[in-house]
Amino acid sequence: MEKFTVHKGLVIPLDRSNVDTDAIIPKQYLKSISRTGFGPTLFDDWRYEKTGEPGMDHSKRALKKDFVLNQPRYQGGSILLARENFGCGSSREHAVWALEDYGIRAVIAPSFADIFYNNCFKNGILPIVLSEEKVDSLFSETEMMEGYSLTIDLEKQQVIEKDDLHTEATSFEVDPVRKHCLLNGLDDIGLTLQHADEIKAYEEKRKQTAPWLFS
Amino acid sequence: MSGKTLYDKIFDSHVVREEDGTSLLYIDRHLVHEVTSPQAFEGLRLANRDLWRTNSIVAVPDHNVPTTKANRGNGTAGISDPVAKIQVETLNKNCEEYKINEFLMDDIRQGIVHVIGPEQGATLPGMTVVCGDSHTSTHGAFGALAHGIGTSEVEHVMATQCLIQKKMKNMLVSVDGKVGPGVTAKDIVLAIIGEIGTAGGTGCAIEFAGEAIMDLSMEGRMTVCNMAIEGGARAGMIAVDQKTIDYVKGRPYAPTGETWDKAVEAWQDLKSDDDAEFDEIVRIHAGSIEPQVTWGTSPEMVLSVNAKVPDPAAEDDAVKSQGIASALKYMGLEAGQSINEIAVDKIFIGSCTNSRIEDMREAASVVKGHKVADNVTLAMVVPGSGLVKKQAEDEGLDTIFTDAGFEWREPGCSMCLAMNADKLEPGERCASTSNRNFEGRQGQAGRTHLVSPAMAAAAAINGHFTDVRDLERAEV
Repeated sequence: MEKFTVHKGLVIPLDRSNVDTDAIIPKQYLKSISRTGFGPTLFDDWRYEKTGEPGMDHSKRALKKDFVLNQPRYQGGSILLARENFGCGSSREHAVWALEDYGIRAVIAPSFADIFYNNCFKNGILPIVLSEEKVDSLFSETEMMEGYSLTIDLEKQQVIEKDDLHTEATSFEVDPVRKHCLLNGLDDIGLTLQHADEIKAYEEKRKQTAPWLFS
Repeated sequence: MSGKTLYDKIFDSHVVREEDGTSLLYIDRHLVHEVTSPQAFEGLRLANRDLWRTNSIVAVPDHNVPTTKANRGNGTAGISDPVAKIQVETLNKNCEEYKINEFLMDDIRQGIVHVIGPEQGATLPGMTVVCGDSHTSTHGAFGALAHGIGTSEVEHVMATQCLIQKKMKNMLVSVDGKVGPGVTAKDIVLAIIGEIGTAGGTGCAIEFAGEAIMDLSMEGRMTVCNMAIEGGARAGMIAVDQKTIDYVKGRPYAPTGETWDKAVEAWQDLKSDDDAEFDEIVRIHAGSIEPQVTWGTSPEMVLSVNAKVPDPAAEDDAVKSQGIASALKYMGLEAGQSINEIAVDKIFIGSCTNSRIEDMREAASVVKGHKVADNVTLAMVVPGSGLVKKQAEDEGLDTIFTDAGFEWREPGCSMCLAMNADKLEPGERCASTSNRNFEGRQGQAGRTHLVSPAMAAAAAINGHFTDVRDLERAEV
């Protein structure tokens, strides 16, 4: 997993609430047995004029020009600004793989759906919860100023807005274990297996008290 | 000190270790299907890791399988989509290599993962159950802690038998009193989501309680817990009672003999203590719930069948008003339109929400002696498993459906998410017993209205939404 320490990037505003994982990556692409290659089909139904299928050359498909990912000013963006309950619905991690493959490193929203939030951390993407007011103001800034960028410092747990006149840092919460894994790009299976003896001891005890759980 | 909730009890009994509020939670049952597992198996291989406990896993292909008879009975040969076929074959190969118990496509026990788990007794009270599928909350109907996980977590559970978890908040949703005749589990859960909203349960495990919930059969309880995730909660659960125990008894994976007696004794404690404290409590009066129909593109956009489609202009909150307007545009509906006048093109009775025997019976009792309306181009019933299908056929339900003009299909997820050939065409409108009415869920630009099996059957007969309580019901 790619480390996340300090990231500076262009902000892409996606002004919709309850964006579900079906919208992030439609079902026809879930048939893949690979973890990569989902970037070109991120937000497929909103991004292209016609329905896509796996195996197509997506670079040749007609684009919906108004959709934010298709606007020239947001090309190369790596921070997605979103509204409440982002990532609701299906548990498909393909949604996070699509964001990652597209080049998104962080998503900022007032709230996230639980499974999506969890899936982000497993793939080097930082989901950041900021207040509704702050998110509102970031939407205004992004829309007003072409090339609007933010810096995210995970160690300091800050989103930093910086222009010629001022610098403003907004703090965010992140679970210490997840932060540690993301900062160091750690594989959490390896970490868990350091406690293999404890897992075995728990299992042995449970086999005595609740044997029906083991058939 | 206050007592414990059902969630607290199951969580606490599965903690292997805890540090700074983060626990390693032991997982008893891991259900696996073809869509969210291939990358997990690949990850194991790349890291040269083995499965921690093979017999904790039960696997089945369901999302991609064809549901037409002509495409079944010959293994994966009938899957016409080559990409889907590779995915199912990959599951088969992985299960063979890792010696995992899999119910193959031709096995009568094959079906939707959340139908076959309980059906086989693989889901037991007090268990922790996970699956790479958000509707794993279904299994909470058995007094189990069950939730959906992503593929990285699937790999983590395969390799360690544990999940890294922080404790969720406790939310109680009590449906007090009795529902009126013709109001089903689906109407109850849709009404709950309408009340709490699609993010109302975020960060919580929801315990469903109250007379109307405990009155439900196990099938009905599964329908309610299934849609906990549509209210934002990863886990939904219901206390164990005699119905739970009677359902589990004698199923293939269930304990027997002395172990059964011991288990039943332990299961008596699987309910929240009287003095347990919940972080949030929602009470709903069962008597006020009417048959529900979703009108928008989120499950919280739901109303009684006798209501009118909302008007965005009447909503003060600008964001909400815009949400209503864009949902109406997508759904092709007018503000103020009566819901029971909305005509439908297709009917889908199936999915992990509503494809069990009781659902089949409910729908058949409405359909019997009638014909599907002329404006309905396709009405299909997709049983949740081979065993549900057989039981329905033994009861003669299949002929009730086919006589009326329904198609009687083979088991699978089908048009709930339209990964296989069963899908809506752009602009088509469907009365569906599934769980999500998101844009494009049942096919790009398709329009989904979530309803109960009885309401879907009523819409099939009349060609538009109809209060099923106004129709005569046959004995089935």
